[in-house]
Amino acid sequence: MNVFASGAPTLVLDDVSKSLGNVQVLSHLSVDIDGRGGTALVGESGSGKSTLLALALGLLRPDTGSVTLFGERLDDNNVRAVRQRIGYAVQEAGLFPHLSVRDNLTLQGRLQGLDRAALNVRADELAERMRLDSAMLGRYPVELSGGQQQRAGICRAMMLEPTLLLLDEPFSGLDVVTRIDIYKHFIELASSREAGFVLVTHDLSEAHRLCEHVAILRHGEIIAHGRTAEIIANPPHAYARELVEAQRLHVSHG
Amino acid sequence: MSVTARSIVVVAATFVALAAARADEVTIGSKNFPESYLLAEIAAQWLERDGHVVERRFGFGGTKVAYEALLGAEIDFYPEYSGTILSAILDGAELANDIDTINAELAKQALVFTGQLGFNNTYAVAVRRDDAEREGWRRVSDLAATDDLRFAFSHEFLQRNDGWPGLAAAYRLPRKATGIEHGLAYRALANGDIDVTDAYSTDGDIARFDLVLLEDTLNYFPRYDAGWLAGQSLAPAVRARLDALTGQLDDAGMRDLNARVVVDGLSFAEAATEFVNRLDGSSAAAPSRTGEPALWPLVLRHVQLTLAAIAAATLAGFALALATYRSARASGALLYIAGLIQTIPSIALLALMIPLLGIGFVPALVALFLYALLPVLRATLTALAAVEPVHRQVAAAMGMSGQQEFMHVLLPLALPHALAGIRTAAVISIGTATLAAFIGAGGLGEPIVTGLALNDTRMILSGAIPAALLAVGTDLAFDVLERRLVPPHMRVSR
Repeated sequence: MNVFASGAPTLVLDDVSKSLGNVQVLSHLSVDIDGRGGTALVGESGSGKSTLLALALGLLRPDTGSVTLFGERLDDNNVRAVRQRIGYAVQEAGLFPHLSVRDNLTLQGRLQGLDRAALNVRADELAERMRLDSAMLGRYPVELSGGQQQRAGICRAMMLEPTLLLLDEPFSGLDVVTRIDIYKHFIELASSREAGFVLVTHDLSEAHRLCEHVAILRHGEIIAHGRTAEIIANPPHAYARELVEAQRLHVSHG
Repeated sequence: MSVTARSIVVVAATFVALAAARADEVTIGSKNFPESYLLAEIAAQWLERDGHVVERRFGFGGTKVAYEALLGAEIDFYPEYSGTILSAILDGAELANDIDTINAELAKQALVFTGQLGFNNTYAVAVRRDDAEREGWRRVSDLAATDDLRFAFSHEFLQRNDGWPGLAAAYRLPRKATGIEHGLAYRALANGDIDVTDAYSTDGDIARFDLVLLEDTLNYFPRYDAGWLAGQSLAPAVRARLDALTGQLDDAGMRDLNARVVVDGLSFAEAATEFVNRLDGSSAAAPSRTGEPALWPLVLRHVQLTLAAIAAATLAGFALALATYRSARASGALLYIAGLIQTIPSIALLALMIPLLGIGFVPALVALFLYALLPVLRATLTALAAVEPVHRQVAAAMGMSGQQEFMHVLLPLALPHALAGIRTAAVISIGTATLAAFIGAGGLGEPIVTGLALNDTRMILSGAIPAALLAVGTDLAFDVLERRLVPPHMRVSR
């Protein structure tokens, strides 16, 4: 199977350096991510994981090196086309406050000139699968609870069947019961198709629950990258070990 | 040829045709105080009886405005005073106050001061008639002999070099004097609260309060001989007709005529007709069209003026805000400039427009536009700055183009505050547009300005009430607009 310019949900960073202001956030970072089965980018704040995501979206340009998505090297000419194949969900959902939830979900499709009725059917279907009450679709985001907004945010990211989902801590800030429920339905949805996802999180247990692979970032460097189960069972690095310990502590006390 | 180009040609042709039609018309200006209106109306009727077609553009808000209107050939002439020409038009020049010297200077600007009517509307010293008769006062110098007189003068007169300090020195009067609002001085004098005040020598109120003006035997006060300030290109027939008025109106005559308006309540046209009838021995009625101006054309003009200014300010405000909101320095500088413009008093800004754009609709529009810019700009910049970065990120991640991002994200998110800014600008503009009458732009300011000059409350209200209703209506219209365009939780007002 041809991985170049293919449907494969791949994200490749090759020797990428990036400074923001006078802080070197990423330094000669290379990573090869296959989103199938889910890859978690785990690290604490300031580790460079959000910068990495912004580079993947083309919101930031690397100072050196290259970013390649689906086998296509990202540049000014293809960035909008590549973004159409990405679903993006963020912390606290980032729903547009001036649009109803339904209009939030269908906006990208409408801008592409897709059939409105088909988009509405798709929105209803996704909402049901994410256990978002269909009555909520007619409301403004401000009228929804945090958990409902987050379900809507994930639906929005999945509307156009993206090849790759980029998820920037979309589950943080939710209560445990809601979070576990959303995990369940997200996994059902994500695993039902040949798409991949990259999940940025600071929570290794979340990575363990949702992603087959994990990459651990620290100070702008990947210090561990592999199957999640193996990394947790046998942390290859002192910091990875610390994270695992902390997560176990968290679980035993929780 | 495109539709736009064609309409431009049509409009231009219309202007040319209008200009040609105006060529044999005489356009007369006036400043916005009763005597100026009255003199201008006299000239208008005097010329009309000679077969001229006259356009009246009365009520300019000051000497500078009328003068610029004259230089810009917006008007052909207006009533002016020799002293004012020296101090306000030929300012700085140390010139003798006589007509030949003045005309020699004016010739350098292709202007002429002609047809002096024969009265001198200068400062004067006023006392009660009974006091004057009892004490035998006829001259200012007579006051020096009496102690314990209560002198009270208008604040301007107390300060001016050619006011009280010089007068007291010249006539050896006691230097003790208090300030009093000019509008109250005559009544205070008539009531016996004060004994001496300053007056204008042709003021119609002199007779009403039964006051006497004391003779300035030392010629201390500069002369304010009234005449017509005109362009040298004034048609010879018009000029000859104006010159025929030379010496026809002395101080007492002007005082009586002023009193017919401010005391007896005649319109300018009626009082002017009385005078002109006396001159040519006819008994014609006053022309009716110079009475109450019709309301609807004024409202329409007012709405045109504010609507155009707000539309322009909205477009420019949005464009400037979008161009600069990402840079705190650029948007800050822009707000600073817009704020600076806002601090220019509106009448001064209108006057500043005249050398650049002449008088009438366009300069008024530009001034209103400049005033409306700050509220629109400030609101839009604030609103754009408040757009959360995450929404722009999501928009970009959806693959939106810059235009799509503007239409579907930035604009709707900024709209509630921008709309509030436009609303403020609109309501303010409707008020400010009343001042446009000072530079001949028309609108509801016209009856207000004339009414103020006449102290005619009814006339003031005939402009002020529609203007207020217009402001309230506009506010309500924006309420409706907000309800239509902005979801409930994002509305700024209630």
